Amino acid sequence: MSVKRTRTLGLIAGMVVVLGGFGYLLYGNIGENIVFFRTPSELLAMGAEAYDVPTRLGGQVKAGSVQWDAEALDLRFVVKDGDGEIAVHSKGAPPQMFQTEMGVIVEGRLTRGDGQPLFESTNLMVRHSNEYQPPKDGHPEPDEMYKSLIKDES
Amino acid sequence: MIRILGYSAVAAALALSLYGAVAAIWGVRARQAALIRSARAAAYVNAGLLLLANLLMVYALLTHDFSISYVAQVGSRATPVWVSVVSLWSSLEGSILFWGLVLALYTAAAMYFTRASLGALGAYANAVMLAVGAFFYLLMVGPANPFGAVFPVPADGPGPNPLLQNHYLMAVHPPLLYLGYVGMTVPFGFAMGALLSGRLDDTWLRVTRRWTVTAWMFLSLAIMAGMWWSYEVLGWGGYWAWDPVENASFMPWLTATAFLHSGMVQERRGMLRVWNLALIISTFLLTILGTFLTRSGVLSSVHAFGEGPIGMYFLVFMALLLVSSLALLAGRSTELKSTGNLDSMVSRESAFLLNNLLFTAFTFTVLLGTLYPLLAEALRGVKVSVGAPFFNKMTLPICAALLFLVGVGPMLPWRVASRDQLKRNLLAPTGALILALAVSLLTGVRSVYGLMAFAFAGFALVANLQEFAQGARARQRHTGTGFLPALLSLFRVNPRRFGGYTAHVGIIIAALGIAASSEFRLEREATMRPGDTIEVAEYKLPLDDIEGFNEPHRFVVAANYSIMDGERVTGSMNPRLNYYTGRGGEPVTTPSVRSRVRNDLYMTLLAFEQDGSSATVSVIVEPLVSWIWAGGLIVALGAILAMRPARARVAAGAARERATVEAA
Repeated sequence: MSVKRTRTLGLIAGMVVVLGGFGYLLYGNIGENIVFFRTPSELLAMGAEAYDVPTRLGGQVKAGSVQWDAEALDLRFVVKDGDGEIAVHSKGAPPQMFQTEMGVIVEGRLTRGDGQPLFESTNLMVRHSNEYQPPKDGHPEPDEMYKSLIKDES
Repeated sequence: MIRILGYSAVAAALALSLYGAVAAIWGVRARQAALIRSARAAAYVNAGLLLLANLLMVYALLTHDFSISYVAQVGSRATPVWVSVVSLWSSLEGSILFWGLVLALYTAAAMYFTRASLGALGAYANAVMLAVGAFFYLLMVGPANPFGAVFPVPADGPGPNPLLQNHYLMAVHPPLLYLGYVGMTVPFGFAMGALLSGRLDDTWLRVTRRWTVTAWMFLSLAIMAGMWWSYEVLGWGGYWAWDPVENASFMPWLTATAFLHSGMVQERRGMLRVWNLALIISTFLLTILGTFLTRSGVLSSVHAFGEGPIGMYFLVFMALLLVSSLALLAGRSTELKSTGNLDSMVSRESAFLLNNLLFTAFTFTVLLGTLYPLLAEALRGVKVSVGAPFFNKMTLPICAALLFLVGVGPMLPWRVASRDQLKRNLLAPTGALILALAVSLLTGVRSVYGLMAFAFAGFALVANLQEFAQGARARQRHTGTGFLPALLSLFRVNPRRFGGYTAHVGIIIAALGIAASSEFRLEREATMRPGDTIEVAEYKLPLDDIEGFNEPHRFVVAANYSIMDGERVTGSMNPRLNYYTGRGGEPVTTPSVRSRVRNDLYMTLLAFEQDGSSATVSVIVEPLVSWIWAGGLIVALGAILAMRPARARVAAGAARERATVEAA
């Protein structure tokens, strides 16, 4: 074999090794870092497999379930969909637009709390909508949120 | 009237593009120069038609003509004038309209500047660019018509997405992105032109080099402006989240950057000819993929701009592009043999090869992470997202290696490096590497990537500055001028090379900013009453009051803080929540940011009590964030410098000669 040929073969062999190794890395890493999007009932239906895997939990904030401790920055609420309900705990302030019965996505993992399943959230996102929606019944009108803060209203 | 005029202009552009594409190809085949000329004229007229359509839309937006569907969708009587103007690209239909204008202008300009010389290559390039244009005009005539009729005509509209009207950067980021994205159509058009016409030498590469650099510059600026926008608007103190839309703008940048480097290998050494064509085709396809991802609503992301029926159009278009360009490339591959060989593993061209390998791996990683959720949903029916840890784990080693290469590449000569050259060039950068490593260990950097980032940044910075110094000294000896004039003359003598090094310096500065701001970020959250003080790093921040006030198109709740230095007030911070009246009153967080060279103070109002008794805020102190933006601007400056034509070479065959400075 000529020198050139050997070199070309060596180059191809090198490429195969590099690409193979890189593909293996990609495959392994993506498997470990997938976050599943699930609703409370889907998560509850999974039994023991639901615990301790990175999850995005999507649903509605249950009416009357929000407990917010502003001093300790400690937030507890229940996310529900249909019949599924899961208690959620998170550290840090909720977004201002966080309200009862609104759609939320919480990122974190399901833990075994004190006997009860508890979703420890690391990130709380309110579902944005691009389209205009008139305020629903029972929700505060937008301007109620700020009227009380306007000074010297004459 | 405006509606009909605008729609007709777009429809005429569609007809003209189709005519021009056919006429150009026919003209070449039948050797009819008049047909080719008419196709070029079609490109010029198109630019005029699209300009007219865009001006009509801006006029309609400014005069609040709600009988036009797009105005009814994004317009509002309450928005300030600048918001009305930039509403042009705030939603799907308008952004396609604007895209069409940019493409038509690029096509016309590229045809004008190459009119004299290129023959069949230019004609085919025109046909390809017009055909790409036809796709976008078709979208506007069909499913994404900005000039639709509305009946009954509403009295007012909702205004654009609040996230978009909340910061002036939204006036800047999309046009830059389109100038970058669409600009890649020019090198793609000429690459396809080369394949179609069989003129496979370096002509297409040389003709389009400045266009590619221009598009790359805009794309770099667009990515930076996007990061900046995300930082200034979204309120989490970060600038990059591996969001699909960010990835969409980043992938073509990666392949285009690889192309800028590998193109030089082809021009110098005649190697990588198939590879370069593949890279520019990928770059263009990735821009179309990016548009598909952002504009079809196929991915959910923070940049949720809206959903439309245009997904299928894009899929078919991408499939056509992929199949036809790969078929063309395969058909010509035997004619695209390399004329040069790799002489040594220690040479400029092998550094570029490694650079290309890394950029390709980078692109592939980002592509996989971005598309994986789509594939998983389509194939397995599960909804998943790929977490940032995947991207970080996979790409940080690549980033580190690339940063190191930014230093290695410039110090290696073409063909083969001698031991002496290496020794001489390595000394100072290696010293800088050790120094930077020691300093970062002393200041408390402990993460492996943090240490690598600072050490390699030091190495690469000195390596690139050393090139300037050596070049300037050589010029000094040659011309007998002072050091500074000699340094400046480098940009005249070899603009491409020293423009490139300037861009390197920008990248290194940005890398330092990214490394420092992620390594040393401090963050605190607290609920405070007026009078309370929060301390983060060297900042003491008393909350003065919480106030609400009206602005014409929104109302605002602000928490007003003073910045204290001892007993002295040195400034104020006013994080806000803005409520846009037209959009249902969702609050938009509006962080307050104070940038300094050393660090940024960043405050977000998270929540407040309606009686004004308390506010919950987050305070973030991040070092060197402004270095990222400065680095981005230096990158752009480097690109601009590199665009200048080189000083006329003496001999005809001198294009492959070493640059004057290198020889010195």
